Amino acid sequence: MITAATQQREHYLNASYGIKSWLLTKDHKRIALLYLATVTLFFFLGGAFATAIRIELLTPEGDLVSSETYNKLFTMHGVAMVFFFLIPAIPATLGNFFLPMMIGARDLAFPRINLLSWYLLVIGGLLSLYAMLAGGVDTGWTFYPPYSTSYSNSWVIVTGLGVFISGFSSILTGLNFIVTVHRMRAPGMTWFRLPLFVWSHYATSVIQVLGTPVIAVTIVLLACERLFHMGIFDAARGGDPVLFQHLFWFYSHPAVYIMVLPAMGVVSELVSTFARKPVYGYAFVAFASVAIAVLGFLVWGHHLFVATQSVYAGMVFSFLSYFVAIPSAVKVFNWTATLYKGSISYATPMLYAFGFIGLFTIGGLTGLFVASLGMDVHVTDTYFVVAHFHYIMVGGTIMAYLGGLHYWWPKMTGRMYPEGWAKLSALVIFLGFNLTFFPQFVLGYLGMPRRYHVYPAEFQVLHVLSTAGASVLAVGYVIPMIYFIWSLRYGKTVGANPWGATGLEWRTSSPPPAHNFDETPVVTWGAYDYSTVMGEVEVG
Amino acid sequence: MASEAHAESLALREQFDTAEQQKDASTLGMWIFLITEIMFFGGMFLAYTVYRSKYPYVFAVASSSLNVYIGAANTVVLLCSSLTMVLAVRAAALGKRSGIVLFLVLTLLLGGVFLGVKAYEWNEKFQEHHIPGPSFSFEGLAPDQQGYAQLFFSLYFAMTGLHALHMVVGVGILSTLIYQTRKGKFSAEYMTPVDISGLYWHFVDIIWIYLFPLLYLIDRHLGK
Repeated sequence: MITAATQQREHYLNASYGIKSWLLTKDHKRIALLYLATVTLFFFLGGAFATAIRIELLTPEGDLVSSETYNKLFTMHGVAMVFFFLIPAIPATLGNFFLPMMIGARDLAFPRINLLSWYLLVIGGLLSLYAMLAGGVDTGWTFYPPYSTSYSNSWVIVTGLGVFISGFSSILTGLNFIVTVHRMRAPGMTWFRLPLFVWSHYATSVIQVLGTPVIAVTIVLLACERLFHMGIFDAARGGDPVLFQHLFWFYSHPAVYIMVLPAMGVVSELVSTFARKPVYGYAFVAFASVAIAVLGFLVWGHHLFVATQSVYAGMVFSFLSYFVAIPSAVKVFNWTATLYKGSISYATPMLYAFGFIGLFTIGGLTGLFVASLGMDVHVTDTYFVVAHFHYIMVGGTIMAYLGGLHYWWPKMTGRMYPEGWAKLSALVIFLGFNLTFFPQFVLGYLGMPRRYHVYPAEFQVLHVLSTAGASVLAVGYVIPMIYFIWSLRYGKTVGANPWGATGLEWRTSSPPPAHNFDETPVVTWGAYDYSTVMGEVEVG
Repeated sequence: MASEAHAESLALREQFDTAEQQKDASTLGMWIFLITEIMFFGGMFLAYTVYRSKYPYVFAVASSSLNVYIGAANTVVLLCSSLTMVLAVRAAALGKRSGIVLFLVLTLLLGGVFLGVKAYEWNEKFQEHHIPGPSFSFEGLAPDQQGYAQLFFSLYFAMTGLHALHMVVGVGILSTLIYQTRKGKFSAEYMTPVDISGLYWHFVDIIWIYLFPLLYLIDRHLGK
């Protein structure tokens, strides 16, 4: 019945046709797909840079690229991945698509601003892309002066401008989400009936709104310094390069939570749906998101332990950094407790959720290593740090992003991805990821510094393992790309709620109508109340 | 009455259920935007605080070269523009279109006067070689302190420049509002754009209320 109806029924994808109907759309669902295409492009671009890095590191000598080119490669890998993939990835695609639907709204509060923020990301991305093609930038994604202001002979300002513009995209998305959650909830959708996905996006938005302007003004000051040598970051003129590091990390540490909080929101949905149980300790998980957002602003100094910061400041920042572990652990324990006596199914999204929980835990625990003063002095600027944050960003954010993409794919497209291939690629990604990054912990502990392409011969075995893992990982990322596109035409069509999930987004047809709901839902139940969806499961 | 109800239904965007919900959303959105602006200016205020406390004497000397009377007069101009902006919002709430236009034009003129005076002050600094760069020089300070004085003027130009940029954006917003009012877009029932533009204008004023004492007033007697 439903399947037959899908063919003729009008939904957001066939409501209008033509390139203009996409480029001028105000529909949050279409804008989410525009974002999806954009961030996927940058993901594969950043991945290409990473591939070149890993191939270079196969041998101890610098034989594939020059030192200068290598500097550009890791810089552009970082810029593309951080600013144009990880930060917009989950909020601007899955968040954009599902946050309004989960609260029972027809759209975000400001649809035109939503479209504007996509254009800002594209303009910023194109500028940075232009800088990369025209000659690249070699400062590292952190743009530290005095190298970036006085010495680097590369495209610092154009790249910075691209990051600056994409920052406004991030700010506007955050602003839109906050207002939407406050003002657009359906009747009966109280704060404590919101799915945890919405709570974590709300917390993310707060960081985007408070943190991003600071990196914006920092880039402005950096550009002024580079252009006019006004002295703000120049010790020779009375300025202080460390001030840049403070301002930079005041944003860029919370930015880690911009990347991982939405991922946690996705995992909460996945764990609940595939254990068929309400998330254990809902309120704790919700407030843990808020706590992470708040604490995230108080820990930036742990990036400056060896940058002339006073020992006392270092101790305070170290202590505060440990505090972040509490809400993070609350989440991990609560997801695990949700599984207890759950009716667990091992569908692909759940595999990614399991992957996330394990890898995020390793990333988080090694975060404690680098948050402690003594240990950090030993591993500062080594591959240990590189491995640590890749466990959070790749093992955490990308795992959850892919999990979420599989979970909501049938809702977004009306078609199911091929489960067998999906399970295989989830496995390949998990294995490839660990083979890539686990050896880097060892490398870093043994003293391999980051950002070097020539290294002592005794590190070669571990580097070869890491490169082998990266090849496996690359295969794992290409498979979903292929079958997602394949499924658009050949995937099995699905009904409204293939997973038997509880969110409002599953109570409308797949793909949803242009205005999301045929009539505004009235909510009388709490989040994750499975008694409301009994007997609706189609796939499991 | 009927035409006003018509105007209201036209102004209600499809994602909202009621005009009140729409107004609440727009107002909240503007407040959040202003918070981002505070953080944006905050980076510069932080840099100012750091270097002011590091080089208090040189900053006092450099600060005393600014013309406090012109700065004070410009502060009064800006405060008056806030008053006319409030009156414009009031006129909008009462649905008096001619009042909206009158007070918005006055606000626009006062904003223009502020920017003109600011341009005059910057020009003076140009002629005194107080522009950061190779030709920078500040009389009465030892060579090793020239860099610190240059820091002061770097911050002065960055902060007043960013503020002036916000004024220019404000002038653009006011011009749009005047045009829209004359087209009959606003009524007592729908005046949100006037209202939230007022919030923006006051915010830009408040930034100046902080900039003026920080840049012109603190410890200027030390420099004399």
